[in-house]
Amino acid sequence: MAAAKFDVPKLSDTAYTEVPKVQEGSMAHMKAFVAAKGPQEFLGYPWELGEDWHDRVIGRMGEALKKYRSLRVFMDACVHCGACTDKCHYFLGTGDPNNMPVARQELMRKVYRRYFTIPGKIVPWLVGAEDLTKETLDQWFNYYHQCSECRRCSVYCPYGIDTAEVTMAGREILNYAGYGQKYSNEILGKVQKIGNNLGLPGPALEDTLSGLEEDIELDTGVAVKMPLDVKGAEILLVTPSADFFSEPHVESLIGYAKVFHAAGASWTLSSHASEAGNFGLFNGNYEQMRTIAMRIRDAALELGVKRIVVGECGHAWRVAYAFWNTLTGIGYGGNDPFSIELQKQLDPRYKQPMHICEYTWDLIQQGVLKFDKSLNDHRTITFHDSCNVARGSRMGDEPGGQFTIPRNIIRAVANNFHDMASETIGEATFCCGGGGGVLTDDLIEVRVKGALPRMNAYNAVAQEKGVNFLALICAICKAQFTKVVPYYGFDMSQVGGVHQLVGTAIKLED
Amino acid sequence: MSALTAFYIGLYYVAAIILIAGLAYRVYEYATTPAPLNIPTTPAPITKLGVRFRMFREVVFFESLFKSNKWIWVFGYLFHFGLALVLLRHFRYFQEPVWFWVEFIQPFGKYASLAMVGGLAGLWARRFLVDRIRYISTPSDHLMLALLIAIGLSGMAMTFVAHTDIVQLKAFAHGLVTFDWQPLPNDGPLLVHLFLVALLMIIFPISKLLHVPGIFFSPTRNQVDNPRERRHLAPWAAALDKDNG
Repeated sequence: MAAAKFDVPKLSDTAYTEVPKVQEGSMAHMKAFVAAKGPQEFLGYPWELGEDWHDRVIGRMGEALKKYRSLRVFMDACVHCGACTDKCHYFLGTGDPNNMPVARQELMRKVYRRYFTIPGKIVPWLVGAEDLTKETLDQWFNYYHQCSECRRCSVYCPYGIDTAEVTMAGREILNYAGYGQKYSNEILGKVQKIGNNLGLPGPALEDTLSGLEEDIELDTGVAVKMPLDVKGAEILLVTPSADFFSEPHVESLIGYAKVFHAAGASWTLSSHASEAGNFGLFNGNYEQMRTIAMRIRDAALELGVKRIVVGECGHAWRVAYAFWNTLTGIGYGGNDPFSIELQKQLDPRYKQPMHICEYTWDLIQQGVLKFDKSLNDHRTITFHDSCNVARGSRMGDEPGGQFTIPRNIIRAVANNFHDMASETIGEATFCCGGGGGVLTDDLIEVRVKGALPRMNAYNAVAQEKGVNFLALICAICKAQFTKVVPYYGFDMSQVGGVHQLVGTAIKLED
Repeated sequence: MSALTAFYIGLYYVAAIILIAGLAYRVYEYATTPAPLNIPTTPAPITKLGVRFRMFREVVFFESLFKSNKWIWVFGYLFHFGLALVLLRHFRYFQEPVWFWVEFIQPFGKYASLAMVGGLAGLWARRFLVDRIRYISTPSDHLMLALLIAIGLSGMAMTFVAHTDIVQLKAFAHGLVTFDWQPLPNDGPLLVHLFLVALLMIIFPISKLLHVPGIFFSPTRNQVDNPRERRHLAPWAAALDKDNG
């Protein structure tokens, strides 16, 4: 780890993160890299502001207000009560008031009022309405990329105002203005050109998988397979591409493969749909999100699978669970030809799509999987609820299944488990600090500071209960934490997936 | 009819039309703007009945605010609960005979005004005392609180300090709704009170008071968590399926 060029926040003595005093402008210097011509043009956006940027921004904003009820209602409903002001991990970690959810929204709302409301047109000074200037646009760019769209504020808002919706709209408008973010937009290009966010081509994927098969066999003596593009397989596994070669992600991929093996399942990965992640969500672009999700539908139809299972990835699960049915017809209840084509192929006995944790937990309940829990005894485990899973999706049949099912799995495969403080888990969970298109080195200061509330909660259970393993089900959380926990004095090997724990304890037979 | 009475009659008809038409227009706007994706803040109810119960808890108990901040909840609840009772108490000016339950709440409504103004004062104090809320407060936030407190105090002045000619006032109010116009008592606190209330009615559809209809249309609160079982499709999004279905 290179020496930080900024002050790393100090851990507190308790799980609680002190609410800082407002420090105006403390993160104003923090600007993500701007996307260049190539990725912008590929996505169909302009790549520079041009002379008419002002009118294009206002025009696009008007369109967004007509397309999204969320934005339309949220622009009007806020009363500035202040309930959200101490809820954002980026505010708690930085003290910059523009990182308070309401203030982040106000960056857009002040422009909304000026151009779209009567009082804002007549008495702008009275109601906090402001002309759209280049400075405002720069503020949008800076602060809409210091939001991880984690929705924690939406839990606490008396009107359910979700800043993620505002951030997404802000980023979409910025893109149409020719002011995109390098990290997200390059990834959006890669997934559409190559098939996954890491830009890993098909042959490389095949090599990686056969290498992993050898590793597992050397390690366990059992020939666990990782099939690719197998037509007629029953299950299509769609997982974040980081699972193919990032650490600790790959350990979870090994875990899924062992579960499928132990269950005797017929399954396959797809080189065409070798990415569960969908950065279209982060930029609030429905059409892009749909185009990217269509790869899964195409792969499912091509391979003729009966079930679609999704690997450990937070935002991918939100898109899969909450949006795939809408975007691509993966799910039930559609009565149009587009949906019916896929529905008649899928096996109606199972949820579509299904989370890998739902899949594994079902097998555990049926008694199909056997474990030697003592193999995880060197670990004392806690579970980090990833924001998109916690507040944007569900598992199982009951609300809150997204909290109980992963924990049930951990308890089934390991002996030592302790939850972090209740105000930092479940629906109140703190973001890892790297979600929503922020997982890039140019934003490392935001990422480290934004991780503070989670680090305080983790540190508390590490001190009090001897916890030494932070289990998660999100590829972005894994990448973020392995990078960021060393700043707070923890070793990156303390971070890993739930299916890494499953893979450690599972008993395999030939 | 005096010029003063005529002015107030005109003012109230204009204010009522703006309030009703303005709110109807907003509701129409919110209802017709599509919600293309299923975005309830989870854990969320998985049935329509569950969503109604969630909305009921939000509107009646301010559930999310309670989770969020106990001080804002206490002051906000005092204000809104007090205001609700006070408003119900005012029904008697428009009824002849007065309904039983309106009669019943009269004594409570009287003291509810104290809760209302107290809650407002607490909310206003936070705009000065808490640095985060001070940062986000605009001049209109302060004026809105000033307006509501002035309405409360001018009303309380008539209840607790100097009574106005209540019989004549009732004739005026009843006349407004039956189009049988009667003179308005020429009484300072009453004129102030009525003027400010009319002002509040007029700014309602163009201000943050839109949180009242807004909550019912908030997709994070009013959507059912059932995206795997039901295909949730906005008209403009359905058109995309036809292009490359």
